[in-house]
Amino acid sequence: MTDHSPLWEVFVRARRGLSHTHVGSLHAPDAELALRNARDLYTRRQEGVSIWVVPAGAITASSPDEKDAFFDPAADKVYRHPTFYEVPDGVAHL
Amino acid sequence: MYGNDFSAPDGATDEAPGGLLGEVEAAEAELRAAAARGRRGGPAPDEDLAAYFAEVVDAEQKIEPRDWMPDAYRRTLIRQIAQHAHSEIIGMQPEGNWISRAPSLKRKAILLAKVQDEAGHGLYLYAAAETLGISRDELVQLLLDGRQKYSSIFNYPTLSWADVGAIGWLVDGAAIVNQVPLCRCSYGPYARAMIRVCKEESFHQRQGYEILHTLAHGTPAQQAMAQDAVDRWWYPSLAMFGPPDGDSTHSAQSMAWKIKRFSNDDLRQRFVDMCVQQAEILGLRIPDADLRWNDERQAYDYTQPDYDELMQVISGDGPCNRERMAHRRAAHADGSWVREAAAAYAAKRAEQREKVAA
Ligand SMILES: [Fe+2]
Ligand SMILES: [Fe+2]
Repeated sequence: MTDHSPLWEVFVRARRGLSHTHVGSLHAPDAELALRNARDLYTRRQEGVSIWVVPAGAITASSPDEKDAFFDPAADKVYRHPTFYEVPDGVAHL
Repeated sequence: MYGNDFSAPDGATDEAPGGLLGEVEAAEAELRAAAARGRRGGPAPDEDLAAYFAEVVDAEQKIEPRDWMPDAYRRTLIRQIAQHAHSEIIGMQPEGNWISRAPSLKRKAILLAKVQDEAGHGLYLYAAAETLGISRDELVQLLLDGRQKYSSIFNYPTLSWADVGAIGWLVDGAAIVNQVPLCRCSYGPYARAMIRVCKEESFHQRQGYEILHTLAHGTPAQQAMAQDAVDRWWYPSLAMFGPPDGDSTHSAQSMAWKIKRFSNDDLRQRFVDMCVQQAEILGLRIPDADLRWNDERQAYDYTQPDYDELMQVISGDGPCNRERMAHRRAAHADGSWVREAAAAYAAKRAEQREKVAA
């Protein structure tokens, strides 16, 4: 099954205006069937208005061992947040 | 929308499933809140991984597929999620037996949708198990070879249409009581799959209750059929919660890992307490002469199921074990041409696309 029916990750947009959200995965021989299977499996109760299927093997994920310092560069840059700045009393619309 | 497709007769089931559904929603909210609280990043390079794992679990945070986890935690989860998935798949058989003989088109459509949901539950769960690094092929093979179990309840036969009602009310009801706490399981993919499953289960329980309610208020023959179904399914349903706490081998560790939240006996008690009032409204008798309210414990005293029988069914000697496995193996073998055809078609289309591109 794994040989000719690879794994696909499924993303569903619940309603217009929302982003696609990962809901799970499934096996299918090609993208077209993956879409149909995803419809039958993840939207039996009208949970979505749009579906994306992505071959699981095509996803490159960050930080396999979660041990490296991949996200560290952002850790010491608090000045990227508006809360870093002191606003003098009485200033409006800032 | 989940579960609200049916008005509950006399408002009887509003209380319990409403309460359980409420808990599912609470679990979902908790999951979001825990995610929002965030946690510090991954472990420091020199940090003890086991301590880091324990800290994450203790903080009610989810373990995700790429996190480090103890081997035993991974093995326990693979076994539990796989057996759960197998149960959903085998569980289609007892009810599937009645699809062609459902008493009306409406009941047939409902039962089809219910059985289709169970297939879906199996697939959500297989997908969750696969995130732990085992393949779908291996999981399917473990079931077909009899090396992994499924819930013993599905080794009992469905002798009458009322059994479909009793399964929905009691078997799906017991499954919900078991599964609602799993929505808070420490392993993220399992917890999320369970939230999805539990929302769908509520419809299963209600449609079963409605079938029994209709029969129990029908002709004397229909009433007798409903009572007979409850008589046969009551104790096997109690046995679904597993052996009593004293004999339960994996419980303590699973509780520490927050895979499991309540003991077998606590869940069984909860199920009994829920059913008593629901049975009254059905006008059906729970087949237990010793069932009575215990004021001191604020719970019902009840007769335990026959655990020797449970062990016998688990070890392969229930009324339908052989039939269920033979059917599953045949269905898998009979479906191979479909899988092969789909793969051949996909290959042909890929080839055509390549030609066009070239
Ligand atoms: Fe299910
Ligand atoms: Fe169900």
